[in-house]
Amino acid sequence: MFKLQSDTSRGMTLAAPATLYVGLLVAAPLAILLAYSMWTQTYVSIDRTPTLANYREAFTDPLVRHLMIRSILIAGSVTLVTVATAYPIAYFIAVKARKKTLWLLLITIPFWSSYLLRVFAWKLILGFNGVMNSALMVTGLIDEPLTFLLYNEFAVVLTLAHAWAPFAILPIYVSLQKIDPSLLEAATDLGDSAAARFFRVTLPLTIPGIIAASLIIFIPTVGDYVTPSLVGGSDGKMIANLIQVQFGAANNWPLGATLSLLAMLAVGFVAIVYALGLTALGRRIR
Amino acid sequence: MKRANGLLIYTTLYLAFLYLPVLLLPLFSFNDGTIVAFPIKGWTLEWYRQLGAQDTLLNSLVNSLIVGVTTALLATSMGLFAARAYVRNRFPGKAASEGLVMLPLVIPGIIVASSMLVLFISIGLKPSLTAVILGHTFLALPFSVSIMKSAFDDFDASLEEAAYDLGSTVMETFRRVTLPVVAPGIVSSFLVTFTVSFDEFVLAFFLAGNEPTLPVYIWSQLRFPAKLPNTLALGSLLLLASVLLLVIAEYFRRRSTSKSA
Repeated sequence: MFKLQSDTSRGMTLAAPATLYVGLLVAAPLAILLAYSMWTQTYVSIDRTPTLANYREAFTDPLVRHLMIRSILIAGSVTLVTVATAYPIAYFIAVKARKKTLWLLLITIPFWSSYLLRVFAWKLILGFNGVMNSALMVTGLIDEPLTFLLYNEFAVVLTLAHAWAPFAILPIYVSLQKIDPSLLEAATDLGDSAAARFFRVTLPLTIPGIIAASLIIFIPTVGDYVTPSLVGGSDGKMIANLIQVQFGAANNWPLGATLSLLAMLAVGFVAIVYALGLTALGRRIR
Repeated sequence: MKRANGLLIYTTLYLAFLYLPVLLLPLFSFNDGTIVAFPIKGWTLEWYRQLGAQDTLLNSLVNSLIVGVTTALLATSMGLFAARAYVRNRFPGKAASEGLVMLPLVIPGIIVASSMLVLFISIGLKPSLTAVILGHTFLALPFSVSIMKSAFDDFDASLEEAAYDLGSTVMETFRRVTLPVVAPGIVSSFLVTFTVSFDEFVLAFFLAGNEPTLPVYIWSQLRFPAKLPNTLALGSLLLLASVLLLVIAEYFRRRSTSKSA
């Protein structure tokens, strides 16, 4: 009994600093963000009379709606592209490759480097006078620089798909590793072809990995600031750019706070619907 | 067999895609010209030589080192204690606490940055290195907790019990048994959390005020085409530093997990 008591209290004491730290820094900013979203910016000071005007502005301003929808669509495309292109890689490493640790290390090394610099490198690659165009022209494959590479949604999706690749590969790899080989043997013994076996056994069993990968990519991507700023141009701007402007040049913190909160709600909503949908789909296949 | 070969080719191409941007920065940092395009004009070390003479750069480097080391210390010590509780102890609210500490990984950066700015201003903490440290510790904590959890997972609890049975106090046991065994995990956590802080941009951009960290300095330089080669040289050095640090961290992490196996 004494042992149990000390076990419990010691556990709570040891976990307390980290828990309180994260808890406070999640709860307190949210509470203040919520308060700010109901205040009004007046030139240099802030009017603290509660109002819903910021929310009204956010919901009626076509620019906000446009950027919010675009952010979610871009993040969705990034998630789809990254998970779809990463799945074969995870499959290769988990099922076919012999030196698994080496492959995993090779996949992760580029991502130990600064995110800012990797995005910047893509800007240099895709630019009008950039690496890709000059390389294609030097080799004589094109006569004039391609203009569709940079400053659009394509550039944003490509750059983000690159940035998040290992976050897709690793969770899917883990879920492939967990599959009991006897299930695959059973499917073969019962007459499934390799393809049927993949779609009826392997794929449904890796849905938890796919969900994890998708959420890890989708949620932070909606609020990405660096990539749309550097490679997005005016066609590729996202909600984070607008939020930053409110806290920076426009100096309208209450509106910025409102947009932050709405972005978080939108992300949370889409993420939950997606996870529930895919789980239900997985059950139906089985 | 044919299918395996197709997969191998695909994986190799994918790896090339992953490494392309990372290898480009160093390549063009030696290019004797200010435009980043082929063909390469010639090879030079001039851009690296010029870096040493830039005071604002050195200042921001010092800022980043201060922030990185402090963040690593704070996150690793909190992570160490929490991970031990998660692996060894049972207590009410454990699952909730474990989930909560992982939360910083999945909140969009802009939301963390803007909400912390608003919070810090409200409690009278001006944008500064202190603010950046508090924010980075928040972001780095999940990394530290998961690294330390795997270190404790592989550590036989009976070693600690033996120490108690032989008459050691809690502090003695921690210092002479627990700490040495999880030391590689601590080193790994320190290096990873340092790198997380060292490379982080958005939060520092919001919270640093007029004390820029290195990524914030780089961001300010990206606007000047004439400075581009210097930025490439600086970026290449940072790439090298990050990769080296994390390879060392990986080495220690492996040591911490293979010892008891």
